Amino acid sequence: MRVEIWGSRGSLASPGASTVRYGGNTATLLVVGDEGEHLVLDAGTGIRPLGLKIPAEVRRVDVLITHLHMDHLQGLGFFQPIFRPDLEVHVWGPPSITMPLSARIGRYLSPPLFPVTLRQMPCRLELHDAEPYARIGSLRVRSDLVCHPGPTVGYRITSPGGKVLAYLPDHEPALGVDPFPASPEWTSGFDLAHRADLLVHDAQYTDDEYRDHVGWGHSSIRQLAAFARMAEVNHVAPFHHDPSHSDAEVDALAGELATLLPGAEVLPGAEGATFDL
Amino acid sequence: MAQLPVELILMRQLASYLATPIFLVGPEGELLFYNEAAEGVLGYRFDEAVELPLAQWIREFPLFNTESGEPLSVDEIPVLRALRERDPVHGSLLYERPSGERVPVLATAIPLVGQGGRVLGAAAIFWPVSGGANA
Ligand SMILES: [Zn+2]
Ligand SMILES: [Zn+2]
Repeated sequence: MRVEIWGSRGSLASPGASTVRYGGNTATLLVVGDEGEHLVLDAGTGIRPLGLKIPAEVRRVDVLITHLHMDHLQGLGFFQPIFRPDLEVHVWGPPSITMPLSARIGRYLSPPLFPVTLRQMPCRLELHDAEPYARIGSLRVRSDLVCHPGPTVGYRITSPGGKVLAYLPDHEPALGVDPFPASPEWTSGFDLAHRADLLVHDAQYTDDEYRDHVGWGHSSIRQLAAFARMAEVNHVAPFHHDPSHSDAEVDALAGELATLLPGAEVLPGAEGATFDL
Repeated sequence: MAQLPVELILMRQLASYLATPIFLVGPEGELLFYNEAAEGVLGYRFDEAVELPLAQWIREFPLFNTESGEPLSVDEIPVLRALRERDPVHGSLLYERPSGERVPVLATAIPLVGQGGRVLGAAAIFWPVSGGANA
């Protein structure tokens, strides 16, 4: 299974001279399964360039959305495969008891916020509530609600060979837990992340910044370190970088994470990074 | 032990911030958590009680009918009724503190229904009748 990062920024796209290395596009990953499955995790602005690279012979793409905040949804209407009539596009998102996923996505993907509606897209489009356990081709996909404002899921994707990617881009497991972490059973996201081969996780804030953003739904670098240690994860990619953080500041946060997690590999959550699991 | 549903995790986080006494049980009626305010009423620290199965906590926290003084059966305990009937339940009862003193308590219990309609447990909010929530 190959994992590619096409957007690693949180909250708002942030192009510019100070963000060229980690990138300015918002949350988007591509997972290519060993049997050619194409899974896109989140539809941030990184999905536009990614869509142009989906090979012509691919007949099905699954877009797994963690939640409907704009930085995770904004790119969907610019994803070239949804304009291909020969393609099946399955969009998965967090369940809600009040409104189907199509209606919730349609609030943004419809006039006046967007010129056309989802139904007008030429691809064969299917929308699904994320299921606790699903199978996409040979990949097992687990989803579970995590601590973040509004219904939000994280994903755990397991290859037939047993390799695991855990994706929790927006996650504040430390909210109301003092001291953090508590035991695993009282820790949001633990089951998704436990012993994953790669954990792509929210690392938006420094410890100082977190103090002013309690309850905003994101983690500090120290909280991510504690979470990764508890989940026994040895490969961590800090992700969802704050729009105000320059490359040098993200470097510093990644360096701090590496110091806090001796023996673990901290891999840059940078646009263009590729991981083979 | 597996991770609990995030709805319960958030409920515990909320309860741990509130000064309203809150008691939280899981789908089998097992005790999952009670907060500091509840410790004040119950007379036991949560650390001493941690995650007792149903059969045990109903012995540790003796509850009685306000009128008759008879012990409440499992079917009468508000938090367990809310869990079983999937309805909010309000009632008064007597709680016997570790000292043996019986205090009148008002309790309101709600079933905790998670995303997808699963019953994840129930929560009871309670307070001594005379003293108010800060007693
Ligand atoms: Zn986000
Ligand atoms: Zn978000």
